[in-house]
Amino acid sequence: MSGLTKSPWIIHYDASSCNGCDIEVLACLTPLYDVERFGILNTGNPKHADIFVVTGSVNEQNRQVIKNIYDQMPKPNVVIGVGICACSGGVFKECYNVAGGVGQVIPVDVYVPGCSVRPEQIIDGVVKALGILEEKRAAFAAESKKGTDTGANADAKKDGGN
Amino acid sequence: MIDTATASAFFTSGISQVIGALLFILLAPLVGGIITGLDRKITARMQGRVGPPVLQPFYDIKKLFEKEKMVVTTAENFWVFAYLVFIVISGMLLFANSDLLLVIFALTLAHVFLILGAYSTGSPYAHVGAERELIALMSVEPMIIVAAVGLYMVTGSFETYGIIVSSTAPILLIPCLFIGMVYILTVKLGKSPFDIATSHHAHQELVKGLTTEFSGSTLGMIEIAHLYELVFLLGFLFLFFGLAAPLIGIVVIAAVYLLEIFIDNAASRAKWQFVFKGCWAITLVLGFLNLFALYFVR
Amino acid sequence: MLDMLCFLILFPLIAALLMLILPNGNARDIIVKIAALITAAGSVYLFIETFGKGIRYVSIGNGTVDLIVFVAELVIALFIIAISLKFRKYIVTALGAIQLAFVLYLEYLMHSGVLPAAGELFADEFSMIMTLIIGLIGGIICVYSVGYMRGYHEMHKDVKDHRKLFFFLIFLFLSAMYGVVYSNNLVWLLMFWEITSLCSFLLIGYARDELSWNNAFRALMFNVLGGIAFSAAILYIVAVIGDFGYLFMDKLLASGSAVAIIPAALIGFAGLTKSAQYPFSSWLVGAMVAPTPVSALLHSSTMVKAGVYIIVRFAPIYEMTYTGMALSLVGGITFLIASAVAIGQSNAKKVLAYSTIANLGLVVACAGIGTEAAIWAAILLIIFHAVAKSLLFLSVGSVEHQKHSRDIEDMTGLISEMPKVSVMMLIGIAGMFLAPFGMLISKWAAIVAFIDAMKPFGAVYIMIIAFGSALTVFFWTKWMGKLIEVRHPKTPLAREATPQEMFSLYFLTTLTVLATIFFPLISYDLIIPYLESLGSAVPVLLSSGDIITMFIMTVTIVLLPLSMAYFSNGRTIKGQYMSGRPVDAELNFSGSLGRTMKTDISNYYIEEYFGEEKNCRYGIVISVLILAVLAAILVYTFTSGAVL
Repeated sequence: MSGLTKSPWIIHYDASSCNGCDIEVLACLTPLYDVERFGILNTGNPKHADIFVVTGSVNEQNRQVIKNIYDQMPKPNVVIGVGICACSGGVFKECYNVAGGVGQVIPVDVYVPGCSVRPEQIIDGVVKALGILEEKRAAFAAESKKGTDTGANADAKKDGGN
Repeated sequence: MIDTATASAFFTSGISQVIGALLFILLAPLVGGIITGLDRKITARMQGRVGPPVLQPFYDIKKLFEKEKMVVTTAENFWVFAYLVFIVISGMLLFANSDLLLVIFALTLAHVFLILGAYSTGSPYAHVGAERELIALMSVEPMIIVAAVGLYMVTGSFETYGIIVSSTAPILLIPCLFIGMVYILTVKLGKSPFDIATSHHAHQELVKGLTTEFSGSTLGMIEIAHLYELVFLLGFLFLFFGLAAPLIGIVVIAAVYLLEIFIDNAASRAKWQFVFKGCWAITLVLGFLNLFALYFVR
Repeated sequence: MLDMLCFLILFPLIAALLMLILPNGNARDIIVKIAALITAAGSVYLFIETFGKGIRYVSIGNGTVDLIVFVAELVIALFIIAISLKFRKYIVTALGAIQLAFVLYLEYLMHSGVLPAAGELFADEFSMIMTLIIGLIGGIICVYSVGYMRGYHEMHKDVKDHRKLFFFLIFLFLSAMYGVVYSNNLVWLLMFWEITSLCSFLLIGYARDELSWNNAFRALMFNVLGGIAFSAAILYIVAVIGDFGYLFMDKLLASGSAVAIIPAALIGFAGLTKSAQYPFSSWLVGAMVAPTPVSALLHSSTMVKAGVYIIVRFAPIYEMTYTGMALSLVGGITFLIASAVAIGQSNAKKVLAYSTIANLGLVVACAGIGTEAAIWAAILLIIFHAVAKSLLFLSVGSVEHQKHSRDIEDMTGLISEMPKVSVMMLIGIAGMFLAPFGMLISKWAAIVAFIDAMKPFGAVYIMIIAFGSALTVFFWTKWMGKLIEVRHPKTPLAREATPQEMFSLYFLTTLTVLATIFFPLISYDLIIPYLESLGSAVPVLLSSGDIITMFIMTVTIVLLPLSMAYFSNGRTIKGQYMSGRPVDAELNFSGSLGRTMKTDISNYYIEEYFGEEKNCRYGIVISVLILAVLAAILVYTFTSGAVL
């Protein structure tokens, strides 16, 4: 088993939720649910994170922010949309400033619908995400092995900036 | 308890230095990892949680090395690597009978490398973290030097083996210096309330402060260095007991570490002004009084 | 032998006179370089020639020379009076008048007696160390000046070109500096001492604006004050001790504390003024208005070293006396407070100035203690500080020409624009405070020396050095951090500095590294023999274990950059984390309402604790109190004859 699935670190971004789902995400850290049992830590820094947890619907103001955060997460990583707003825009879907769910901006691996989501559901979503993370890790390991052989990483350097 | 004559015969032979150094290089990460794991477990229990497995620090490090090698500038890796290397060297020297002052300087050098690594990223958050780490370094430095001098004055030796084979435990004559060292240990371990530069606890106002821009294997190197440094610091504390009271030493150090965990959980982060002033005041009062008194006791 | 010592004093003097005649231009520049080369080569030759041969004396034995010395001292005093009258600096005039009176009275007293003519000049291992510092660093700074001064006048169009005078003064200074370290006769030493003060005064006032003159006069005031103390020491020997033989330093030093403590204390006081210890330190900070090579040569690596040189020379007299302790406490307080003040400065030259004051303070602290171990530490400090600090001054000078600023904040990310100069600056800074570089070794030696010194006051020194070195770490590291803090890489400049400047920087960098690598040799072959010549048993100062430890560190430091090759491959480069906001290359980000917000990162200066004014005030008050106690001790010694 890889280290990745035993130590998934999370960054949580509140796109524009009503804070209901945010409270539930934090509830996962409380003694009742204690996600640190699984080595899960809330880092607050995309550069340290493996799992991107987004709550709330995406609007025009934070579209770029979500993209940037996702971009700054080292591979392999997964994205979880937590709450119905993050999945589809929820009740805000038709608002003039709302683009919709997180999937509009970045590829999402796991959707956890609910309003608001229960902590058990979130943990369940994260466990699902771990399976995907493991697949991605295997793929990444194979790719980077090939990459270092051919020096294909050179073009990765070009897309600096955020 | 242990026959000091046999012990000093062993410790004066060159082979013991090689063994000491090798043991440190190989075992320190294991010991440090298990202590850190226990730390997290105990922390969780104090908060009424189950907590992660004891081996969690190893999983974390393994994971970090599996990730993409992402950097802001390739120079940051150089500085962080230099940090790791010098943490290992300073520990190695400590366990291989080197001059204690030189060991301390090597440790300072290591931290300077880490700070420079944070600077080199050019990131605002890392920058503030670096400045704060620098303040932390400035806060603890005097106490460590004073402690080394105190150990020398009691045992007549700056060399670590010379200190541990001393017939009386140094702590009997320099208790205040030990208390001072315990105080600054909180800063060195980066525990609350003195975790001003970077924090193990969720978010803080500086994102991750010093380590904000480090990810993947770069962060992994820092984590490994932390394990080495933990063993280094505990080893330094052991010098206060030496072979005159090894078991008491281990028990006291374990108690001290438990106390650190408790403080870590009970305290919120202090302002850097408090860290700086507190450490210097402690050093000035406890350090000076104890050193001054030593001139009359000796 | 005779030829070489005299040659090193006379040759720069001749070169200096030549500089007055030669017009600006390539010919003069080449002659400057040749003269510098000859001076440096002469120093090295003298070093090799005298190596391992112990102390040598040279007798000139000629009344004419004494007359010249007298006339020179007269001229200096008159010049000081005249120029201070012209600028209405009446305090300096008064001091100059006192000096003049002392010189005349001294000549009157000496007139009746006969001065034994033996060994006016001398050279031992310590002189040789100083010779190398003056010759190599002085020489290379002359070379640097050629390029620098050309750029200086292109940059400062308003400053009138006095380069003839500049090079005259630089070479005159070198000559005087050799004189200071070779003189055995204190009257001669005083003359050379005064010449260096005068050179410093005129070079600080080089720009000839109001600020420069004011700072120059402040420097002159304190230096003349020191000169007066020095002449008072000589007067004391002549008038009170009454034996002209004690005008020779070797005899005075051999006479022991009972005879020599009062003149030694007065000369120590002169040393404090020259090496800018509190309460006199303000002149050295003001002296930073001078062109950078002047700061490098006079105000960090050589002239201010004359102050500590003389204190180290008299260290055996100070050993285990309260007089010595007072001096060393002044040094210790200076080390502590000047280091603290350096944290609050963002002007690179001011940081260097305060760090110079601090390090000189540490030397004085060691020398005042006067034990063998302390002297060992003091001499090591002198060597390493001279090399690393001159490198730093010169690199700051070169940066200033490119960036038109001396501010450390403006050096942000300098390594991507001026990689070569920056790396050398980093080595220079590392040389000032990091293991395994020299200064740190000296600090380590100082700690060891302090423990057993002046029991139980050793504890005070330990606290001073423990806190002081922590402060040192802070301001140097944040400077290093600024140099390497690159927000986005820029194209390096094609030409970072003039060839002369680059050559000097390369040379000094090499010297810094070599001094670090070969420091055990410096210790065994130069400093230990000097300590042995002082007559007492020298303890083991450097165990083989310590050398191995330092060797391990040095080798690791040298090998570490190789890791760059590995770390530069296969990395994904991503920008800094800016909380996800869209940013440009300089990290300016779009804030709310679409405004672009500027990102500015500045170092901590913590003025609240490390403010210049407040701390300097403390420094001055404390040091004046200590000096008052010193004066009381001396009065007591004078009246009762008991050495404290």
